[in-house]
Amino acid sequence: MGDAVVEVKGLWTVFGDLVVHRDLDLSVRRGEVLSLVGGSGSGKSVLLRQMLALERPYRGSVRVFDVPIHSCDVRLFKRIRKRWGVLFQQGALYSALSVFDNVALPLRELHAFDEDFIRDIVMLQLDAVGIDKVHSSTMPADLSGGMVKRVALARALVLEPELVFLDEPTAGLDPDRSEGFVKLIRDLHDRLSFTVIMATHDLDTLVSVSDRIAVLADQKVVVCGTLKEVVEYDHPFIRNFFLGERGARALSAAPALQRA
Amino acid sequence: MQQAASKPVHDPDVQVTTSGDGTRVVRLSGAWDIRAIESRARSLQSALESAGAVSAADWDLSQIQRFDHIGAMLVWRAWGRCRPMKLRLRHEHEIFFGACEGSAGAGALAAPRLDPLAPVVALGRGVLAAAGHALEILQLFGQLLLDAAAIVPRPHLRPWREFSAGIYTIGAQALGITALVGFLIGVVLSYLSAEQLRLVGADVYIVNILGIGIIRELGPVVCSILVAGRSGSAITAQLGVMRVTEELDALSVMGISRTVRLILPKVAAIAVALPLLVLWTCAVALLGGAVSARFQLGMSTLQFFSRLPAAVPEFNLWLGVSKGVVFGVLIALVACHFGLRIKPNTESLAAGTTRSVVTSITAVILADAILAVIFSDVGWS
Repeated sequence: MGDAVVEVKGLWTVFGDLVVHRDLDLSVRRGEVLSLVGGSGSGKSVLLRQMLALERPYRGSVRVFDVPIHSCDVRLFKRIRKRWGVLFQQGALYSALSVFDNVALPLRELHAFDEDFIRDIVMLQLDAVGIDKVHSSTMPADLSGGMVKRVALARALVLEPELVFLDEPTAGLDPDRSEGFVKLIRDLHDRLSFTVIMATHDLDTLVSVSDRIAVLADQKVVVCGTLKEVVEYDHPFIRNFFLGERGARALSAAPALQRA
Repeated sequence: MQQAASKPVHDPDVQVTTSGDGTRVVRLSGAWDIRAIESRARSLQSALESAGAVSAADWDLSQIQRFDHIGAMLVWRAWGRCRPMKLRLRHEHEIFFGACEGSAGAGALAAPRLDPLAPVVALGRGVLAAAGHALEILQLFGQLLLDAAAIVPRPHLRPWREFSAGIYTIGAQALGITALVGFLIGVVLSYLSAEQLRLVGADVYIVNILGIGIIRELGPVVCSILVAGRSGSAITAQLGVMRVTEELDALSVMGISRTVRLILPKVAAIAVALPLLVLWTCAVALLGGAVSARFQLGMSTLQFFSRLPAAVPEFNLWLGVSKGVVFGVLIALVACHFGLRIKPNTESLAAGTTRSVVTSITAVILADAILAVIFSDVGWS
């Protein structure tokens, strides 16, 4: 129990007459990379938003760092928020701020460090995600899609989060860039050992990064386990998603399954 | 992490001791991560700096319980951005200094230079930009005339649906606010004039003052300013968001002319709706003036309106309505021009909308002054 970073219990999501989640349970262990998969409309993004307290579940509880985020004290929640970082699907860089100011913003909001120190840290983070310093004064509108994601990742990581949410990290990137970005995430995860919760559609990303995979279907998590366990579970969605032609190609590259 | 959970985590601490052989040892202990440093960054920074000033010291970082880039950067800066000769460091903390070293060259950003001529340059740029905008608005107007000529023989191309939507949002939906403002202006103007006229016993001239003033000047100008604020900003924002969401590009790709489909119907709708709104505003403002005159001067409403045709020659009505057309076209052109120039970011959207409203109101008042000079000796009884 103490090992779970995020603990979702008995969660219901209801939009009008539509029940998206029915009594959903999910637990994320410290230090792992957990991927959420599911078809369109299965509520991956909503679940992610509920874990971030951007949306309130209809019923049930979401505990992050053992704190019920939907019903806790505002000051406590403020502290929780400093411990997580989020990479939004479109990057969500502030278009009025340069690359440098985007990454510096969370640090400046702490009001703890002087500008000189912030500059060093921002340059360090930009360097870590592979953004050259000549781009630090560029505006987000002038960046390519891959660079937007990298800068957004640097911004998500600048406060050294223990928990990182990635919403479709490779959506809109070409296969080459998306492979590079996945490698970067894997690399940073190995070095900094934060916990990652990732919603994704992309099989290659899923196979190469995840420690565990949670499959959302039929309004709940039908199975949550390693790639091998998930693939062996019998469910129409899994058969379609993993064992179709596309899936077979991606899985053939997975080292864990080749051994098995 | 597990380890840290089982052992109590201490606050970050800096200790400088002198060992047996006389070398100084700087020992860091406790948690050196952002959560621990955040509240005491400045004191730690000064403690580290004074420790770093000790030459040829040994650094012992093996007692650090938690570490991250922020902590590493604090220490790295105290070292003067290079590793000390003697350093004890946990293996798993090595990567943080690796990252610091990796970004070592990144420290220097060119500081912006101060140019004494900057205000002059800025003024010159502003004038050139204004001239550029005026030229582009003229080009846009020319393009619209060409488009209008092009769709005359092709009725299926005429954007009637957009045109009627424009009439509704620009005209019909503005009836309430223009009536309210017009009525109040009529009341205030009538009240102020009545006070003055009573002094010289020229009560009946209230009709002349209100009639000429409202129909010739105030009606068109007030109405145009309201429409510029209401619809001009809406047009700019709409086109700007269409740019942000790439809808404008989608139109181009489908071979649909954005001037024909988006701009022409808006300009035409304003050119039709604004004169009608001007008439409406004038009527309500005169009613407000008549109501006020009744209470101030005891002039009956019937008397007020029966004197109006004699006091205000018909020409003034046509001038007021024509002003509505001219101002409307100006507002729409300015709004569309700035809307099309918005870049896909929030800052540009805000700046473009502001500029559109300010420019169109200025243009309206400028045009009004020019028309006042041109028609200065026509339309008097």
